Amino acid sequence: MRIPFSYSFRNLWTRRLTTFLTASGMALVVFVFAAVLMLAEGLQKTLVETGSYENVVVIRKAAGSEVQSGVERLQASIIETQPEIALGPDGKRLAAKELVVLIALPKRGTDKPSNVVIRGIGDASMPLRPQVKLREGRLPRPGSSEIMAGSSIAERFEGGGLGETIRFAMRDWTVVGVFDAGNTSFDSEIWGDVNQFIQAFRRPAFSSMIFRMGDPSDFEELRSRIENDPRLTIEALREPEYYRKQSEAMAKFLRILGLTLTIIFSLGAIIGAMITMYSAVANRVFEIGTLRALGFQRRSILTAFLMEALLLGFIGGIVGLFFASFLQLFTVSTLNFQTFSELAFSFSLTAGIVYQGLLFSMIMGFVGGVLPAFRAARMNIVEALRSS
Amino acid sequence: MNKKPGIVEIRNLCKAYQRGNQLITVLQEIDLDIDEGEFLALMGPSGSGKTTLLNLIAGIDKADSGSIRIGGIEITALAETELAAWRANNVGFIFQFYNLIPVLTAFENVELPLLLTGLSKGERRTHVETALRVVNLADRMDHSPGELSGGQQQRVAIARAIVTDPTILVADEPTGDLDRDSANDVLELMERLVHELGKTIIMVTHDPRAANKAHQIKHLDKGVLNAHPQADF
Repeated sequence: MRIPFSYSFRNLWTRRLTTFLTASGMALVVFVFAAVLMLAEGLQKTLVETGSYENVVVIRKAAGSEVQSGVERLQASIIETQPEIALGPDGKRLAAKELVVLIALPKRGTDKPSNVVIRGIGDASMPLRPQVKLREGRLPRPGSSEIMAGSSIAERFEGGGLGETIRFAMRDWTVVGVFDAGNTSFDSEIWGDVNQFIQAFRRPAFSSMIFRMGDPSDFEELRSRIENDPRLTIEALREPEYYRKQSEAMAKFLRILGLTLTIIFSLGAIIGAMITMYSAVANRVFEIGTLRALGFQRRSILTAFLMEALLLGFIGGIVGLFFASFLQLFTVSTLNFQTFSELAFSFSLTAGIVYQGLLFSMIMGFVGGVLPAFRAARMNIVEALRSS
Repeated sequence: MNKKPGIVEIRNLCKAYQRGNQLITVLQEIDLDIDEGEFLALMGPSGSGKTTLLNLIAGIDKADSGSIRIGGIEITALAETELAAWRANNVGFIFQFYNLIPVLTAFENVELPLLLTGLSKGERRTHVETALRVVNLADRMDHSPGELSGGQQQRVAIARAIVTDPTILVADEPTGDLDRDSANDVLELMERLVHELGKTIIMVTHDPRAANKAHQIKHLDKGVLNAHPQADF
């Protein structure tokens, strides 16, 4: 039978200051680890939640994103006639031909320019995205130089607020509305009449086409047909899949960067845990001798000290995650590598990150504790008892 | 008191330590018999080998040659894990500095050896309470060692030693760290264990008063065992 858990726990409690300092080092590493994962998760969540399962995005084959894509008017018309596309309440097909262009706008306060997505929308664009709600003002009138800004743009970019004017494509555009897209990437976009934007930017084609499926289960059949149509050089993706692809590169970069950093930091925390555990073993030699004399096997001693190190790691993990959870209150913005545009998103803590954070901290505890635990288990009983 | 023959039989026991190039002989050709229910004191100057002999009997050290048979089991032939299991069932330890685990309460310290048995939690509680009653510390079971006097700590250590009802009790200078009154209490308790509970005790001591409580005193000098005049018991 193993040595009671209370023995490990109370020993940590008895050495409160050392335990606190060592656990703090581990907590800091877990904090950084969780923060980076939360950042990647927040980014992915923002982009993936932007899409709806029923909606389909059509872009030029191999374009990768709407920014690099071009869908000619003829192609758009062919796609619009597909029978699988749902009809709106007005009897028209729920399909929007959209234009996506990047422009540089100065940020409020710093005047530092950053890329912003300008999206030319059609009549069906709003019904296709029910999560987009007008927060202030009204919708831009078709055929006018009016635009509406996502809430993130209105807050963070010069001229983005209601009633303000932004100059791009050699025209002044008045912000007549501010919309809220429920923390999706649309919050970081400016929307206006697609026909006005096509003229202003002198674009010969749309960037993409969005439509809703009448029956989402027909998607594979539709995709196969339009992708194999020799008149169309396009690819069709369900919206969540499209946005998942958009977030992959950035999220992967963040995760790799985060993991590399935390692994380097964790070396320091592991050494800290190792010093603490070696000192715990050195201070309790007579206890180890006594327990062995009473009949506890070497593996019981090993387990007791490993439990102590794991507990140390667990405490560090809990504290680190506790502080990391407050990051959810913050919103950050970064450049989306896929679209080269500014994207605002929040840190997102998930059960998976909590699990990974705790596992990581306990691995630190284990690695830091394993050598001292072996030292304790290998002690000669007589020599250990002599130390008392 | 009823003494039954031969609970401990030691024959030709030898032990030496290597220190650098020098071989230091600690025990030479030791022959010793201890009866069940006997209280034996081992005396001798420092470095005479008495603690080494006690450690060998308790199964926490290995002999170079010879035989140690306790309760019919040849312990020199046991592997390390078997020896640990044997100790848990057959040996109760009483140390000079009590060796209680400071972060555990008196109850938990006494319970420790029972964790190695198959007893249920309820059975363990009954055994611990009984052992603490024997040493008159039932009312201090929730106290940690730091909250007890030296004499009380040694009584808790005795409770821990007897709680599994072991074959032998080994005591290394049990009164060495105690004042006169506490030492007397501990010695009286050990006498009670022998007289009333029929325990077999092997005690190493420098203190002639403690040795005088024993039935038999053996004297070790330079690793050789000599009989000592019988104590006035």
